[in-house]
Amino acid sequence: MSINQSGWRPEMTAGDSRAPAPGFTGNKALMLEEPLIFEIGDGETTGVDLPAVARTGASRFGGLARTAPIGLAGLSEPETVRHYTRLSRQNYAIDLGLFPLGSCTMKHNPRLNEKMARLPGFADVHPLQPVDTVQGALGVINELAFWLIELTGMHGVAMSPKAGAHGELCGILCIKAALEKRGEGHRKVILVPESAHGTNPATAAFAGFTVEDIPATPDGRVDLAALEARLGPDIAAVMITNPNTCGLFERDLKAISDAVHAAGGYVYCDGANFNAIVGRVRPGDLGVDAMHINLHKTFSTPHGGGGPGSGPVVLSEALSPFAPLPYTARTRDGHVHLIEEERAEEFSAEHFDGRLDSFGRMTAFHGQMGMFTRALTYILSHGADGLRQVAEDAVLNANYVLRSLEDVLDAPFAGAGPCMHEALFSDANLAQGFSTLDIAKGLIDEGFHPMTVYFPLVVHGAMLVEPTETESKAALDQFIGALRSVAERAKAGDAALKSAPHFAPRARLDETLAARKPVLVWKDPAPQREAAE
Amino acid sequence: MRYFTEDHEWIEVDGQIGTVGITDYAQGQLGDIVFVDVPADGRSLGKGDEAAVVESVKAASDVYSPVSGTVLEGNTALADQPDLVNSDAEGEGWFFRLTLSDEAELESLMDEAAYEAFVAKL
Amino acid sequence: MRYLPLTSADRSEMLSVIGASSIDDLFADVPEAARLSGPVSGLPSHASELAVERHMTALARQNVVAGEVPFFLGCGAYRHHVPASVDHLIQRGEFLTAYTPYQPEIAQGTLQMLFEFQTQVARLLGTDVANASMYDGSTACWEAIGMARRITKRGKAILSSGLHPHYVSVARTMAKYTGDALETALPDLSAETDLDRLIAAIDDDTSCVVVQYPDILGRTADLTPLAEAAQAKKALLIAVVTEPVALGAIRSPGEMGADIVVGEGQSIGVGLQFGGPYVGLMGCKEKYIRQMPGRFCGETVDANGKRGFVLTLSTREQHIRREKATSNICTNSGLCALAFSIHMTLLGEKGLRGLAGINHAAAVAAADRLAAVPGVRLINESFFNEFTLDLGQEARPIVRALADRGILAGVSLGRLYPGADALANGLVVAVTETATEEDVERLASALEEILA
Repeated sequence: MSINQSGWRPEMTAGDSRAPAPGFTGNKALMLEEPLIFEIGDGETTGVDLPAVARTGASRFGGLARTAPIGLAGLSEPETVRHYTRLSRQNYAIDLGLFPLGSCTMKHNPRLNEKMARLPGFADVHPLQPVDTVQGALGVINELAFWLIELTGMHGVAMSPKAGAHGELCGILCIKAALEKRGEGHRKVILVPESAHGTNPATAAFAGFTVEDIPATPDGRVDLAALEARLGPDIAAVMITNPNTCGLFERDLKAISDAVHAAGGYVYCDGANFNAIVGRVRPGDLGVDAMHINLHKTFSTPHGGGGPGSGPVVLSEALSPFAPLPYTARTRDGHVHLIEEERAEEFSAEHFDGRLDSFGRMTAFHGQMGMFTRALTYILSHGADGLRQVAEDAVLNANYVLRSLEDVLDAPFAGAGPCMHEALFSDANLAQGFSTLDIAKGLIDEGFHPMTVYFPLVVHGAMLVEPTETESKAALDQFIGALRSVAERAKAGDAALKSAPHFAPRARLDETLAARKPVLVWKDPAPQREAAE
Repeated sequence: MRYFTEDHEWIEVDGQIGTVGITDYAQGQLGDIVFVDVPADGRSLGKGDEAAVVESVKAASDVYSPVSGTVLEGNTALADQPDLVNSDAEGEGWFFRLTLSDEAELESLMDEAAYEAFVAKL
Repeated sequence: MRYLPLTSADRSEMLSVIGASSIDDLFADVPEAARLSGPVSGLPSHASELAVERHMTALARQNVVAGEVPFFLGCGAYRHHVPASVDHLIQRGEFLTAYTPYQPEIAQGTLQMLFEFQTQVARLLGTDVANASMYDGSTACWEAIGMARRITKRGKAILSSGLHPHYVSVARTMAKYTGDALETALPDLSAETDLDRLIAAIDDDTSCVVVQYPDILGRTADLTPLAEAAQAKKALLIAVVTEPVALGAIRSPGEMGADIVVGEGQSIGVGLQFGGPYVGLMGCKEKYIRQMPGRFCGETVDANGKRGFVLTLSTREQHIRREKATSNICTNSGLCALAFSIHMTLLGEKGLRGLAGINHAAAVAAADRLAAVPGVRLINESFFNEFTLDLGQEARPIVRALADRGILAGVSLGRLYPGADALANGLVVAVTETATEEDVERLASALEEILA
């Protein structure tokens, strides 16, 4: 027989609960600490080899050549790759697990979208190239516009808004323009449900409107009677989120729209929650005049750590003429066209009886083209049948979470019937001193991103869970088990929850310190030394 | 003499001069105060006008002037030490002083006992 | 359907847990009349990855790719070489599929990156602080005007004639609703910028002066006198930088006294992408941070005393301030900011300055070559990597004719200023490190033929 010369053999120590002393690096195995680039890089290091260019002629900076250093730090390519790879590992992400952030629709981001957006024909095209050289890019915009119009049952779509809030502003400005065109600029009030996203009042105020709250019914929906009582000649619009931020479908939306239209106002729908109804309900059929669509929610373009978003706005026939340029609308011949400043008048005369009256431009260029390519790729992958299935599975998953947890967590509207694509809980029956925050931080230790917390504001200690349709039943069951366990600990008063998370790269962070003494940029501690030299 | 409002401001009146702040109850509700925006000297305020803004980490609240008057000075110490509002809301953590233009307005405010009773019901 | 993991057995089992007999039960709140009985009619069904790829590739092929032809377009979007590692790193799922870092304990990667980004941007623009990015340069420019109104409590903004016309359009659109008065003018096809006009126009009602640097025609001017003149009247100077690579070679606006500096960050790390998504840059003097829109990442410590980062000063934002927010903006341009920051880290001080030097040298050589074409006049005395030519005849048809020959020659001023006859002969040409000497020669000789 041969003897194991190396002396190596698998060995397990008996379980030793004593934690080791902190090591030399502060790292914990795969959890790696990473300094700032300014602490590890310097002004002389670079990670690029620049192309050689023959220098000719003197510089022509008009006497403005830079003399002072910028103060940038460079790293070599391997160091750069490692720096950002290490940073990336301190993030939670959809690719790692279920990300139940309510109202954010954190669904799987298909990589085909990324691949298509990177085709040179889309990625390497300048927005001001001659129109003949960008027919494919315009084709993408038109195709996506066509789908958005069809899926929502609307008439036109402004493609350029850069994100949801920007789209919301676009819709409200269309309403403002339409009112002024009618000579009814005196309509100054926009009605907004109490449960609305904070962007709604911010947007309305920017456009010069005053905001009034619409009360809710006990089952978490807009109070139609109260709304109707408030309608009058001073009402410009109502802004409604449907499904609403409590995760419920606004049953009376059609009646609301009819009443608002009869009173001379318009209906803005916040489309943040479109994922619940895509392919099953068309907002246009419910009388909506304008609705933004977050391509990064319903249509799977990446959230990217907080943007870029993309917020096209679909518009009714009444509002279409006022859309910002460039925008896309269906003309009389049934075709969908991209309309820019230059040809706007021509188009207007030809297809719209001269009614086009754009309120202006919201951004340089055409909008978030890179997101259009991804969204169109996603839409074509699913088709009309797949998108309908998306809504069904999203709603099914949310209801499954709701019914699996309503015995352990307070669910304020669970008795009112099914929810749509998100399940709402509250911290009403936790032990004294325990709140939503503790549940959230406890979920982190279980390997999940927490749900949306403390929103909507109308529910105290709200927890809004949106699983999305891209979670398997096994993933949902694991999440349900984790949330149940954390909730039970919070009901039992487990003190360890108060200091959770224990296993994350950082413990709870001091947000008060950050806000009292804002440190927003890194400052070099070296100057004292230089001054001393 | 000290008066209180239902919006949780207090005003200490000495002759024509009033000193305004938020109550200890209010600071307790807001949590750690991180920033206070006080009104500029010489600003003329009506009763109930938005005079100052107080921010905690997750909320920003408007502070209304309890009475009409002209601002004499804002509390500059709050710029560096907003936590004075937490540690001594009804003393060092005052927001601004103003010259009252209509002392009769004080009559509509609460005294300390009335305010305590008001808070007890919240 | 490859993105939907539930099986029909799963669905039945889950429905029974819920206590519903069918999926339709869950949509019971939708009024009968609004329920679609099947997929939206007239639309195609789901498709294989291969089929989608074919369709999209066919569309992509209908575009002329900038990298495949001599290419000289700029005017707010610039073609630079982006190192391969940038695109690799931004596609790491932990960055790509993360969200706004609301839970800082598990978002330190995004937060630290934003803190580094803010530092890089502030140093590049020459400002004390910078935010975590805006939608793009044009919206950042408008937001700066709004910020100046809040700071100065005045409502008149004076816009330089050298400001990108799309940026002017955005500001004009928004100003209709805020009531800001905007003074605007068309540029002249001359070497002189309108600095003197701007200085003369500042009065006690002026909230800010907005000046682009280098400007839409590529010209550069010392902003110091303008900053002094504005500040003497208690107005702010807002500088707009659409080509941040320039700041590797020329003085920063902050250094020259600008109060707020905004920019389009696309040219570092972010491709052309037919106009978006891009990344707006915004920096300012420290005293103005509470009036600044957008997100901030700030340094702090955790419960164990370790350094960490959080989103901070969020009380300025719409989700807390609602109708009193500094802006209705609720997102930044996270992934593009990451691309910018990675590219900037790879470049470093040395790389950015080297890159800027190469751009300028290439542009100087190209300007001289093109100015030698009979009938062509170079407008600029000073520039960075972009300059304006007077072609002596309308530039638009010439740009089209050059495109027919496979040359993307630049941006005609007729495209940017439709109807402005005095500008119709202008052609703005950008020359970055991606344009070869051969490309320049092809443009010059084609221009010689067409103008002959």
